[in-house]
Amino acid sequence: MNLTILVILLIGLVASAVVCVALSDLLKAAIALAITSAILSIIMFLMGAPLAAVFELSVCAGMITVVFISACSMSRIYTRKEHEQRQKARNRRFLLLPALLVALAVVVFLVLSPHITGVSPIPSGGSGSGVQAALWGSRQVDLIGQIILILTGVYGVIVFFKEKEADGK
Amino acid sequence: MPLLMIGIPLLAVILLNLGPRRWISKQTALYTALAATALQMALAAYMCFTVGIGSVSSIRFVEKLSVDLFSAVTLFTIGLVAMISLLVSRDASEGSRFSFFNLLLLIVAGMNGLVMVTDVFSLYVFMETVSAASFVLIAINKRGQELAGAFKYYMLSAVATVLMLTAICFLFLCAGSTGFAEVAACVSAKGNSPTLIAAFLLFTSGLMIKCGMVPFHTWVPDAYSNAPAPVSVLLGGIVTKVSGVYVLMRVYRDVFLNNAAVGNVLFALGIVSILVGALVAIGQDDFKRMLAYSSISQLGYIVLGVATGSPLGFVGALFHFFNHATFKSLLFVDAAAIETQTGTRSMSHMGGLAKRMPYTGVSSIIAFLSTAGIPPLSGFWSKLLIVIAVWRVSPALAMVALAASILTLAYFLVMQRKVFFGKPTEETREVREAGGNTVLAQVILSAVNILAGLAFPLLLFYLQGIGAL
Amino acid sequence: MSLLFALFLIGVILLFAIGIYSLLVTTNLIRVLVSIEVLTKGVTLMLIAVGYATGQMAQAEAYVITIIVIEVILLAIATGIVLGLYRESGDILTHDIPTPKE
Repeated sequence: MNLTILVILLIGLVASAVVCVALSDLLKAAIALAITSAILSIIMFLMGAPLAAVFELSVCAGMITVVFISACSMSRIYTRKEHEQRQKARNRRFLLLPALLVALAVVVFLVLSPHITGVSPIPSGGSGSGVQAALWGSRQVDLIGQIILILTGVYGVIVFFKEKEADGK
Repeated sequence: MPLLMIGIPLLAVILLNLGPRRWISKQTALYTALAATALQMALAAYMCFTVGIGSVSSIRFVEKLSVDLFSAVTLFTIGLVAMISLLVSRDASEGSRFSFFNLLLLIVAGMNGLVMVTDVFSLYVFMETVSAASFVLIAINKRGQELAGAFKYYMLSAVATVLMLTAICFLFLCAGSTGFAEVAACVSAKGNSPTLIAAFLLFTSGLMIKCGMVPFHTWVPDAYSNAPAPVSVLLGGIVTKVSGVYVLMRVYRDVFLNNAAVGNVLFALGIVSILVGALVAIGQDDFKRMLAYSSISQLGYIVLGVATGSPLGFVGALFHFFNHATFKSLLFVDAAAIETQTGTRSMSHMGGLAKRMPYTGVSSIIAFLSTAGIPPLSGFWSKLLIVIAVWRVSPALAMVALAASILTLAYFLVMQRKVFFGKPTEETREVREAGGNTVLAQVILSAVNILAGLAFPLLLFYLQGIGAL
Repeated sequence: MSLLFALFLIGVILLFAIGIYSLLVTTNLIRVLVSIEVLTKGVTLMLIAVGYATGQMAQAEAYVITIIVIEVILLAIATGIVLGLYRESGDILTHDIPTPKE
């Protein structure tokens, strides 16, 4: 397992996040978010968390993108002039971001470097799923919480996504 | 036994959804929900008396839930406020009441879980559950203002969640697990390592956003005032408090072990919240917004009590927690009654309501006297305990807290004068008293306030007897 | 701490910075949701890093899965709110931070 691969992936992660946030077209931003999720998923797989990687990929890169793109379809269609104005204002705002990030990275690295000792071995990908099952044995309370949450989500969807009826209830 | 507390609301949800709509009328649904909350109150009261200072752990299916005196009191309060909210929903009727009942039961189940867990990560899970349900509840009628308030709450809540999760990551790093016991062991062993301090600060910041402390309070007025009436009762009476202040109290006492650095931050934020909340409340015209700022102020008192780290402060904070649930809920019920009958929340448009809405008027007087800390009502005792506890640590702060009580009195007197006395305006000329259920709610809460106030000295002696003080 | 952990930590801080910057600067509601998603990715990365550093990867995985499920549901609810706002105020998705007064 090579350290450089992970570093490249990390840089890719941050870069796609910047792109995702700075793009003016919402559709492309959603795709960039999906790419970010994919890279994160690969990182997780390489670090020895295959189950989490699968979840991240299917749920985030898949479902969330669907949600966003369907939400994006509601954007107002701006006139050309308005569009150009908004582009300019937007780009001015986001110009600062990459520079800020690089500076931040350097500062944090300098702060941390005295503490860095060595390189621990990276676990090889694919730790047993048997451990996972044992884990759900000790995380049952969270499961109950998630059940409640899912039910809440169902009602949320019912409340929000139903078209307004004409007082028929 | 603790599992029952989650199981009962869930069971009620299942019951409500069992058959096709025709089978279950709104009456039945309401009574089922009421039964669930009443049952919860009964069980919680029972547990209060049997638990003492020890704790009851569920040993069967899920071993991670435990109930101690603190949790039991909170459970009782949750049941009480939920029941009141149900009563109010009867009269302030809008469509989609089925969703409201289900969501209310779900949020109660979530809060019950929240007060019973013994693991920091589970705290996060249940807090998110409660938040999710409250977003939907705030916006349940899908009006513009409500949706905007809900979205703002979501934004700030998401940021708070990220902060707290990061803090949980640090705690995980230190302790290798996230249970209360393990993390507490790590804290007492490593004390002031930078990782732990970072964790404390991050976690506290996230919590302060959820509590609505200054300067993170911006979502509170919008969310509280724009929500529909029974939701405001629920939200202001219990939800923000459980998912904010309860977590703070639990974590501060059992996990952070009364760390001094965090304590100082809490002192600062608490005092500022008390003052800012009171000062801004004076200038408000919207009735519910004023109540929202008043809540910010009162929660500041609770945070102050917790910050002292002493058992006296803690008991004072806990009692104020219970009192705030009762008197703030009562005020919100009154606000709901007024809003339904007059159609407005603007105080400058109200006047002379005392004659036409006697129950509302009297109960609001009782509630505000309790808020301002006038003896012999319950609010007086809890404030007294907190002020004494703070006095032992810093007399100056205690004086400020006392002075803020006067401010509280001020804005409530202004409110009383505008709303209940004075000349009737156009909107208020034709109103009648609120419907039966609302009046019932008002009577219940007023009675609780008065009785709690009268009974408190006895409670103090009992606590001293069992050695909790 | 090991080098890898430090690198992860830097990545997490950068992601947080991106998310918060975007949250402060944007005027579009959907973009707010995207920023919150970026913040969530930061936390997920952090959790993985901590799992690696303590050797408790399996626990960390369980946490990550839970977080993903929770965040998705919350996002769905938030999208529902945005949908409601869209229907109310026409087809504009912008708002003025900090007070979305209608």
